[in-house]
Amino acid sequence: MLAFIIKRFVQSIVVMLVVGLIAFVMFRFVGDPVDQMVGLETSIEDRERLRETLGLNAPLPMQYWNFISSAAMGDFGTSYQFKRPVADMLGDRLPATLELALVSAIFALCAGIPMGVFTALYKDSVLTKLFQAISLVGISLPTFLIGILLIYVFSVQLQKLPSFGRGEVVDIAGWSTGLLTVSGLKALILPAITLGLFQMTLIMRLVRSEMMEILRSDFIKFARARGLTPRAVHFGHALKNTMIPVITITGLQLGSIIAFAIITETVFQWPGIGLMFLQAVQDVDVPIMAAYLLMIAFLFVFINLIVDILYVVVDPRIRIEKA
Amino acid sequence: MSDTLLGVKDLVVEFSTRRGILTAVDKVSFDLERGEVLGLVGESGAGKSITGSAIVGLIDPPGRIAAGTVHLAGQRIDNLPSEKMRRIRGDKIGMVFQDPLTSLNPLYTVAKQLVQTILTHKDISKKQARDRAIELLDKVGIPAADLRIDDYPHQFSGGMRQRVVIALALCADPELIIADEPTTALDVSVQSQIVGVLKKMCSEHGASVILITHDMGVIAEAADRVAVLYSGRMAEIGPVRDVIKHPQHPYTKGLMGSIPTITQEGDRLTQIPGSMPRLTDRPPGCAFAPRCEMAMDVCRQNHPEEKDVGTARVACHLMRKEGAVA
Amino acid sequence: MSMNKETDEKMSVIARVLDSDIWYSFTRSKVTMVAALVTFLIFASALFAPIISPHDPFDLASLSLMDSLLPPAWNAEGDPNYLLGTDDQGRDVLSTILYGSRISLAVGLVSVAFAAVLGITLGLVAGYMGGRVDAIIMRVADVQLSFPAILIALLIDGTVNALVGGMDRERSAFTVLVISIGLSFWVQYARTVRSSTLVERNKEYVQAARLIGLHPFLIMLRHVLPNVMGPVLVIATINLALAVITEATLSFLGVGIPGTQPSLGTMIRTGNDFLFSGEWWITFFPGAMLAALVLAVNLLGDWLRDALNPKLR
Repeated sequence: MLAFIIKRFVQSIVVMLVVGLIAFVMFRFVGDPVDQMVGLETSIEDRERLRETLGLNAPLPMQYWNFISSAAMGDFGTSYQFKRPVADMLGDRLPATLELALVSAIFALCAGIPMGVFTALYKDSVLTKLFQAISLVGISLPTFLIGILLIYVFSVQLQKLPSFGRGEVVDIAGWSTGLLTVSGLKALILPAITLGLFQMTLIMRLVRSEMMEILRSDFIKFARARGLTPRAVHFGHALKNTMIPVITITGLQLGSIIAFAIITETVFQWPGIGLMFLQAVQDVDVPIMAAYLLMIAFLFVFINLIVDILYVVVDPRIRIEKA
Repeated sequence: MSDTLLGVKDLVVEFSTRRGILTAVDKVSFDLERGEVLGLVGESGAGKSITGSAIVGLIDPPGRIAAGTVHLAGQRIDNLPSEKMRRIRGDKIGMVFQDPLTSLNPLYTVAKQLVQTILTHKDISKKQARDRAIELLDKVGIPAADLRIDDYPHQFSGGMRQRVVIALALCADPELIIADEPTTALDVSVQSQIVGVLKKMCSEHGASVILITHDMGVIAEAADRVAVLYSGRMAEIGPVRDVIKHPQHPYTKGLMGSIPTITQEGDRLTQIPGSMPRLTDRPPGCAFAPRCEMAMDVCRQNHPEEKDVGTARVACHLMRKEGAVA
Repeated sequence: MSMNKETDEKMSVIARVLDSDIWYSFTRSKVTMVAALVTFLIFASALFAPIISPHDPFDLASLSLMDSLLPPAWNAEGDPNYLLGTDDQGRDVLSTILYGSRISLAVGLVSVAFAAVLGITLGLVAGYMGGRVDAIIMRVADVQLSFPAILIALLIDGTVNALVGGMDRERSAFTVLVISIGLSFWVQYARTVRSSTLVERNKEYVQAARLIGLHPFLIMLRHVLPNVMGPVLVIATINLALAVITEATLSFLGVGIPGTQPSLGTMIRTGNDFLFSGEWWITFFPGAMLAALVLAVNLLGDWLRDALNPKLR
């Protein structure tokens, strides 16, 4: 089991190095970094000096190593556009994205799992038909369209909820949170639903199909043949077995929530890292793009690792070697 | 008659499919005495397992019991509301399924599955339930039961797992055990051990067993009586010795001819030509007629009634003639 | 005689289709039939957009700012000439939608085809060659699969646009989009084809082909492809919906199709700026068109998956 986790850990590091390589290539070859940093009036000698101090004359593997090692220590260079350290900019905006992603994920899980279980158990109920219709809409409507629709209904027509920004935020030890003020919470509702709806749909569909598969299995039939109560069969035996694949996929979805936040943040002008990344893409601010890529990759790899470990905890077949 | 535990009368199980209604079990009747082992044999698709599932009320839609009755110890159970039927399952009737690898929940320890089942049917404390669980495992022949009980199913071998499955079926001392192909998925060397465990449980607890299998060897070894199903219908039912030695129905004869025996060394195994008709296009008369060497015109037109022939009951048009002659 | 035989064979194909489970499940599901109809209508109207649309939205000469931001025709201030109103540049919304769905569908179809060809080829190569090639291809697939397709498309799109820059962007936008979306969807095909190839590789006919001097790769192509057609078709259908969404999203984010020849996503991006001033029709109609298209294609994909995989029902 320890070997399994170590193996996974090594794989994660390899993935990070590869993504780092992509980010490095982007950073180094999409436009000349020196041109981006200085004005037109800068002399060739000054440019050369800057080139030397930035280490751009070193051999490429050396440059890659420098890039990776400074990124590992949180140094992603300076934004071309804003002339600020990218790490600081990320730090400023990360709380907004993490809060949005977390609230959406909780919403997606709390709505998606019960809906999936219900639709698997009561196949002919009217509510099941309704849930399935919702899931179809959730999977078919692009995120940005859902956001626009919500804004039109709740902000333009009803004027109940704000359509952009985070509302009032409170600073706690460097972490600016919108979860503690009324306006902050109000501002969070629409973006969180927009971001969570698609994930909720995925979770519901996944839970439903896994649960239906499990309900057909022999051990469920045997559990019913032993006269166990429907409650014990459905919510004990079936649900627990359903949760194994659900944990895996939901965990992986958590990463994609942060990636999908790009769209939601654009629609709602939410001041998070996604919006910053998109602006960087449009302005070709490569250090920010590279940093975002590395950070997202790190999040994915980290979540993958956690999911693997969780898997081991939940499933005795992996935890305990065969006797 | 007071010793009759189970009475199945004219049981019909139907499945509605896109090609029309499919009759998987067609007017099957039999009785089961207390302490008796009844073998239920037939090819796959003959309706053996569905008959078993119908008795415990576990036919899932689109299937349903369309007609007939099932009585357990004098009580009619085929039309009980689901909650009442659930209380009977596991309590009065225990079931053992074919594949021990998939019959157990992989995420629960054996202890948890046993204790949960015991507590569902018996009003005792958790501690007592656990003691009983260990006792049951011990009875079905699991060594060091008090240690192994906290293991997960994947930590047991196939044969041991089937013993656990039997222990689970016995949790509440059921009067009837329905064992659906309990040995098919096991190694040959383990098969007779499992049959032995079933027989022992049966004799010690006075429970009756319906043993569903396609293995005539298992039937010969364990059953008192045997019922032969063909295409959802009863072909022949009678005491094992008589049916094996003097099969009446041409299908049963063919079935017996296809079993290898040591004594018949040198004889060629016979084979029944053709295959069982699909349930959707069963011929109008006797379902076996197309494959039967002795089929007459009447066999292709009318479905034969069941007749008592000696100790057995046989559904075949030949019986009328031979019966009259004999 | 031979003619007769041919028509017989054709008849039997039609008869087989009519008798098949797929056709049966199609006729049983009204939702699927409606979805097929909607998909067909949208495809047809996109294909014939130059013929059926009342105006040519790309003809700058015909545009007049006098006609800009007109509400739909049934509105009091509407103009019967512009059934669904006009946008900020005076373009007829209905015509722009027809042309826009043409672009959206073109991007979707071409990128799905690109992804399928790429994925099938890589899957075949990985499954057939095995060893290190297989390991590398599947590792890349694993890593890529753990990132959402839209993020990958956005990165490729953003990087390439940065490299191409300025003026050329308008001309290259279509190609760049197709490549970015195609590159982000190949993994599923590769996995499916690879596993099927692995099964076929050890069959005897492959050895036999080698013996008679045929290149086994060609033989496998001929045997593997028919086997994977079903799953590939399902993946492609569902991917078409995803590709259309991805294109719309990228265009909405401003890194896709530019505003001069708008796709549905570009139109929604434009309309979004006018939502608060009450000009809802610029956003609503393209949005509805997009939703209808994706929903219909998704429904078809779901049905196809269930019909080809009766076990899942």
